[in-house]
Amino acid sequence: MDAIFLQILNGLDKGSAYALIALGLTLIFGTLGVVNFAHGALFMIGAFVAVTLSKVLAISKVVLDPERLDFLGNPAKIKTPYVIEWFGSFGEWMIDYTIPLSLLLTIPIMIIIGVVMERGLIRHFYKRPHADQILVTFGLAIVLQELIKIFFGSEAVPMQTPDTFTGALDIGIWFGFNPGSVIYPYWRLVYFFFAAVVIGGVFSFLRFTTFGMVVRAGMADRETVGLLGINIDKKFTIMFGVAAAVAGTAGAMYTGVNQPVFHMGMDFLVLSFVVVVVGGMGSLPGAVAAGFLLGVLESFASMPGVKNAFEAIGLPSIDQIIIYLVAVIILLVRPRGLMGKVGVMEE
Amino acid sequence: MGILEVQNVNKHFGGLHALNNVNLSVEEGSIHAIIGPNGAGKSTFLNCLIGKLKPDTGSVMFQGKAVLGRKPHQINQMGISRVFQTPEIFAELTVMENVIIPCLAHRDGAFRLNPFKNLEKDRDIHERAETILEDMGMKDKMDMHSGSLSRGDKRRLEMAMCLVQEPKLLLLDEPTAGMARADTNNTIDLLKHISETRGITMVIIEHDMHVVFSLSHKISVLAQGAIIAEDLPDKIKGHPKVREAYLGEAEV
Amino acid sequence: MKKRMNDKLLILIFSVVILAFPLILAPTGAAYPDLMQRFAIYGIFAIGFNILFGLTGYLSFGHAAFLGVGSYAAMWMFKLLTMNIFPALILSVLIAGIFSLLIGFISLRRSGIYFSILTLAFAQMSYNLAYSVLTPLTNGETGLQLRLDDPRVLDTVVDAGSLPSTNLFGLEMKHVFWNPEILGYNLQFNYGFYVCAALLILSFYISVKIFRSPFGMMLRAVKTNQTRLNYTGISTRPYTLAAFVISGMFAGLAGGLLATMDPLAGADRMQWTASGELVLMVVLGGSGTLIGPVLGAIFIRYFNSVLSQINEFTLHAWFSFGPEWMTNLLVSIVDPFVGEGWELTLGALFMLVVTFLPGGLVDGGQRVGRWITGANRRAAKAREA
Repeated sequence: MDAIFLQILNGLDKGSAYALIALGLTLIFGTLGVVNFAHGALFMIGAFVAVTLSKVLAISKVVLDPERLDFLGNPAKIKTPYVIEWFGSFGEWMIDYTIPLSLLLTIPIMIIIGVVMERGLIRHFYKRPHADQILVTFGLAIVLQELIKIFFGSEAVPMQTPDTFTGALDIGIWFGFNPGSVIYPYWRLVYFFFAAVVIGGVFSFLRFTTFGMVVRAGMADRETVGLLGINIDKKFTIMFGVAAAVAGTAGAMYTGVNQPVFHMGMDFLVLSFVVVVVGGMGSLPGAVAAGFLLGVLESFASMPGVKNAFEAIGLPSIDQIIIYLVAVIILLVRPRGLMGKVGVMEE
Repeated sequence: MGILEVQNVNKHFGGLHALNNVNLSVEEGSIHAIIGPNGAGKSTFLNCLIGKLKPDTGSVMFQGKAVLGRKPHQINQMGISRVFQTPEIFAELTVMENVIIPCLAHRDGAFRLNPFKNLEKDRDIHERAETILEDMGMKDKMDMHSGSLSRGDKRRLEMAMCLVQEPKLLLLDEPTAGMARADTNNTIDLLKHISETRGITMVIIEHDMHVVFSLSHKISVLAQGAIIAEDLPDKIKGHPKVREAYLGEAEV
Repeated sequence: MKKRMNDKLLILIFSVVILAFPLILAPTGAAYPDLMQRFAIYGIFAIGFNILFGLTGYLSFGHAAFLGVGSYAAMWMFKLLTMNIFPALILSVLIAGIFSLLIGFISLRRSGIYFSILTLAFAQMSYNLAYSVLTPLTNGETGLQLRLDDPRVLDTVVDAGSLPSTNLFGLEMKHVFWNPEILGYNLQFNYGFYVCAALLILSFYISVKIFRSPFGMMLRAVKTNQTRLNYTGISTRPYTLAAFVISGMFAGLAGGLLATMDPLAGADRMQWTASGELVLMVVLGGSGTLIGPVLGAIFIRYFNSVLSQINEFTLHAWFSFGPEWMTNLLVSIVDPFVGEGWELTLGALFMLVVTFLPGGLVDGGQRVGRWITGANRRAAKAREA
């Protein structure tokens, strides 16, 4: 029982990332009718905004200390990051809280990137065939990924989570399991709550603001909304920015879960597409639900017990492909996905 | 017993009773019009006939064979062709190719794997296609890109695509919608000509009373999902129920 | 009206050009057997993909999976049966056909974007299968290789101590049978290239046939208006499925040929970026045209090989004409795109082609041709009149 509970928790952080990316994909798809193959790249760029911030904060003043010698006998170099030199303990706090702080940068940067992407490239493709939209965003995804590789190298970059959230929590005792049976890293919990807040935020934004109402109406019937004299294009551009920001912040926060690497966007992209299709194209709740569902499922398939069970009956371990298998089965049973509506993008 | 027999067809959309016990009998060789105010369920009814929608209950028999439950292509293969409200053609292909495709479908069936057959050497198909284009007065536009045709010509082409299949029943969904008077009159003449020379049964949905009364042999009036009257054109004009439900609000 | 080139003449010219590759390509520096073989193999791959994407418009993002399957199938024939490539290629095509039938059957339940995403998911799943899950069949990360102790039941002569090489009924693929010096170029004619070239010409012939057949006409109709086609009495699924399987079999053949060239099959061949590269070949050349996919495949392979050979030193030599700061600037701009930076070039090329040349090289060439002959202006005048 506690093992199952642990696997559900383990699935939540990946599921959160899937859900956040799929949410943005669905928003863009619903509002603009474009499948954005570069959305994974936005997730990755968000992560590297955090990386950049951590590098900037680590820029240090180097002082030679003649009284202490290093092992070669030269005066020891003492590095002090400028932020600490300038702000003292506040600087230390900044370095400690790099990842959450990076959100302050990620949000505006991603909104700008999103808006520029939509205005500069994607809007020229609205009237083009879907194949062209897929291809041009695919090309963009490769370019962005390779640029990041040029600047940050191909190795994964280690990132520090804030001290308070480093280490793990014996979450099992809250739910009546034996102490030590369900141990869960703090940061993953933070990530899950962060995802919940963002998802809640996006939904209430769409539900309770006039802006959101217009966007939802536009998703349902773009032409009519346009006829009402509402400039839906501008609103959709902003939605693209919001979707980019959601992906970017998801990426920035994810650096504390897994080390960021240049191809993380592509890795998540394919699975996020599967999530979108399973959830039902164009359905926001579907995207979120399917994200968590598939995340948890993936985590279950990688349980040692499950792996052993498969090996025992002579089958290879399927944790690598479980998501795809389940997606295929769901689509065979429900061709429109879990919460898909009839007629969305069928032509 | 008509060529098309519709019995007790019902269709609900949520709480809306879109079709309410619709019965219809279409006589072979006749032009049967279905009229009714907006939202009366005309298009829903037509969509049920061609397999796009599935009615909740009821039966549709064509030449004694059940139509419901079959897929669109199977219904077409039974001999039912459809002309759409906005012409559905293969816009990226030439006029000739547009006609060749239904011609192949009629001769070779719903699927044939013949990747090594040379279509250009298929005289039979080309002759059939050319004949129909000549009949429709479009032979000179044979090599044109069909997407660049005028709206009237697109309609004409779609008609040719249906006729080349020698259908037994032709369903027309507002064939003159959005047309100028002159084009409308041409279409009326064309349909009359087709009906007289080929004896094809037609079911036509139309708003334009001029078209309806100059073409049809029989008229059914649909209002709020139910057939409220069915009679010869002359009698429909004076029918009190029809006046109340429909003609009162439209010019005759 | 547009006059089309006689098909027989087209095939003849195509064959002559392909067969004369070792001679024609000599001045470009691309005339070495390995690269020419790749041209032919990826040409076959692209021709097959064009039958699906060019005709029906169904954009598959998973065809690299069939290529990979073809390679694995061929490798198993080399390991178990014989180094003769004939049975290996047959099995490649067959297995890829079965595989694409399965994937196509499910993916083609949906169209448009859904289809692309489904094929993408299948490709990724196949990649993961090959990379880890099915390690006994694929040898996982390392890839499937020849071993000395493979059974090879049909091959009696065993050259102890060295791995055997692929052959076609005794003709060794790698063997250079003619090595003349013409116009100062050292030309290499080997069997491997001519086997691939023959199959490329066959593939091209099949593709011409399909384009001209009623079957091909239906595939084009699928692309322009599927609704109309359904109401015209055509069941579209079998047509798209047939196109999918045919293109899958072409991919399998290409995969098998890659294994005959270099007896090794790895999962990286199946990655979805490899599928993307294939799509680019076809789009770049001109999807839906006969010759475009082959042009695109050759173009991409050629630039891949040229660019990967360029390094910072060559760049410095190239840009040494100006002042040093300019040289350095140019080098630092160009450097990320060459050598290891092929992916970046690929991505940028993708965006440029799709944005500015959606009709591909063939369309671009025709436009230039019209511009030169002034036909464009005349046509415009005719339209106005």
